[in-house]
Amino acid sequence: MYRIVKKEVLNPTVTRMDIEAPLIAKKAEPGQFIILRVDEKGERIPLTVADFDRERGTVTIIFQIVGATTEKLNHLEEGGCLQDFVGPLGRPSETEGLKKVAVIGGGVGCAIAYPVAKKLHQQGAEVHSIVGFRNKDLVILEEEFRAVSSKFVMMTDDGSYGEKGLVTNALEKLIAEGETYDEVIAIGPLVMMKFVVKLTKEHNIKTVVSMNPIMIDGTGMCGGCRLTVGGKTKFACVDGPDFDGFEVDFDEAMARGTMYREFERHAYEETCNLFQKEVK
Amino acid sequence: MPNMSLKKNEMPSQAPDVRNKNFLEVALGYTEEQALDEAQRCLHCKNKPCVAGCPVGIHIPDFIAKVAEGDFEGAYQIITQSSSLPAVCGRVCPQETQCEQKCVRGIKGEPVGIGRLERFVADWHNKNVCEAPRKPAPNGHKVAVIGSGPSGLTCAGDLAKKGYAVTVFEALHTAGGVLVYGIPEFRLPKDIVQKEIDGLKALGVDVQTNMVIGRVLSIDELLEQGYEAVFIGSGAGLPRFMNIPGENLKGVYSANEFLTRVNLMKAYQPGSDTPIEHAKRVAVVGGGNVAMDAARCAKRLGAEEVFIVYRRSEKELPARAEEVEHAKEEGIVFHLLNNPTQILGDENGNVKGMECIRMELGEPDASGRRRPVEVPGSEFTLDVDCVIMAIGTSPNPLIKSTTQGLETQKWGGIIVNEETGLTSREGVYAGGDAVTGAATVILAMGAGKTAATAIDEYIQSKA
Repeated sequence: MYRIVKKEVLNPTVTRMDIEAPLIAKKAEPGQFIILRVDEKGERIPLTVADFDRERGTVTIIFQIVGATTEKLNHLEEGGCLQDFVGPLGRPSETEGLKKVAVIGGGVGCAIAYPVAKKLHQQGAEVHSIVGFRNKDLVILEEEFRAVSSKFVMMTDDGSYGEKGLVTNALEKLIAEGETYDEVIAIGPLVMMKFVVKLTKEHNIKTVVSMNPIMIDGTGMCGGCRLTVGGKTKFACVDGPDFDGFEVDFDEAMARGTMYREFERHAYEETCNLFQKEVK
Repeated sequence: MPNMSLKKNEMPSQAPDVRNKNFLEVALGYTEEQALDEAQRCLHCKNKPCVAGCPVGIHIPDFIAKVAEGDFEGAYQIITQSSSLPAVCGRVCPQETQCEQKCVRGIKGEPVGIGRLERFVADWHNKNVCEAPRKPAPNGHKVAVIGSGPSGLTCAGDLAKKGYAVTVFEALHTAGGVLVYGIPEFRLPKDIVQKEIDGLKALGVDVQTNMVIGRVLSIDELLEQGYEAVFIGSGAGLPRFMNIPGENLKGVYSANEFLTRVNLMKAYQPGSDTPIEHAKRVAVVGGGNVAMDAARCAKRLGAEEVFIVYRRSEKELPARAEEVEHAKEEGIVFHLLNNPTQILGDENGNVKGMECIRMELGEPDASGRRRPVEVPGSEFTLDVDCVIMAIGTSPNPLIKSTTQGLETQKWGGIIVNEETGLTSREGVYAGGDAVTGAATVILAMGAGKTAATAIDEYIQSKA
């Protein structure tokens, strides 16, 4: 069992937890992920390592409540325990040798983008961060990003905070102002990453994306997380989750992501059924 | 006077059209009377050919003699001298190519039901004897075992019996390897696997789950931590795909994914949080035990029609004869001498069919099997909404890629000395599917046993 040593509500749908897992904390690097199971009947879900404290032996996860399992996870409190917590999985993000990078985070994807931005900053790279949220209430990690970025742009879809528009608008503007980047790192919803790549392709800026397909074991034994990258099948859990954005087949990844939508809706309604409406 | 009946005592089983709707065990096992009667069929040959057919060399006529006397616990003690998992092996070994193939009674009539008797004895012990095995005196040496499948469990059990402090590192959240995620409940009930693992724990084996060696700790770190030897029993869990168009459509699974969802995550049970597709028409590509398991699970999840699509003929099916028989009884349809060429999808990216081509058998290849050749122009489409690829697995590259100096074959198998299981690294041993590629439970156990002996000799020679 893995103890929750700290729980913090970041916004109405996003929660941060520090989990006691000394062995994982010792090894984890930005870009890697863990798999957890809330309880005995629980499913295995992947979550990115948002931070770690090697001394305290804790690993930080940040999750958005999107379905039954994240809802159940959010019901747990400090001092409570997770059934299973395994990692670090996947390959760490490659940050070596990068001098100037645009880090783009969308929604809860910011929780994955932040440790990468932090590591780049620690290595002395110039970091420009662009973060995007649907509205002001959903903003997370603003202070953290500001602390590691020489430029920071906040975007909201409805303009309720920062600038109105999408992260691609902000990136386009920076490029138009003459900024050049060794690399763009984009982490967020598939559709966001797809459009970032569309833009960077036009400007021929190398772009790395962090993929988030359905996973079960996370160790390379099932291929549930497979993607087409450069025309070849890759397993995101062992070959990724980071890939060259120019090579990823986003449309296929988006289709595969909807595989269990019906089941997920049903499970969520059973778990979170405030109004006791009939679950079909 | 031996029982000279030419036929084995039948195994009581659930009726086919009942069992293909539930996940309860198909074969129900012998009663005491049936076991006593079957044991009488053994002739106690002097040269014991059956023993030579068993990869771990169980003293078969001796344990059968005990069964015939009605001393079932005595029989159990004889089996466990050689095998750590008798309740498992009695169920899943392909006896027709091992012990029973060599049985003299099989020359004229059916061989003695050795597997069924082994299973009976193990089940009898598990039901009637609660006494935990005595913990051996510790010898002060530490060994790490990577993977808790059949080879790792056997190696751990043998070393623990000699007094070693053994730690087993398992990547998944439940120990057992293919016994828990691969082989379904209806063929191998999971409480039986758990009982065997509890037995090892009682011997002092420490099982640590959620430990992915190669990520959380490397083999070199284990050696630095004071483990004097390491056994790699990480299996062959990397699924193969055919690389045909449409393989990434929704509704195409590797058998590993399908079976892991069903068996390990219990997706067939209401109340499990893990989803699974309840497809209506399913094609399973392949002809091994894994293909049979996947097909029979799909049927139990409510599929109306399930097809096995296999590129060779019935004779070449690598699955255990009993499982092929069971699959047919349960209504699985075999499309033999057929090979998929592409998977067809609808506008939403869901599987709507699979195009196949007919095959004929050509000249024998290097392995002696006749190579299937396509019949030009014979393409046809199977109307299916789910495809499960069960065409084999390779060793997972994680350990190899994180262990300096560990030599492997081109296809990923770890290279070892066959006599000892020793790898190219001192103190590091390997066995089971990680070395051979996908094979059988009992071969993996044999390899675990060999390595345990070699590890003991290695550590004692240093001491």
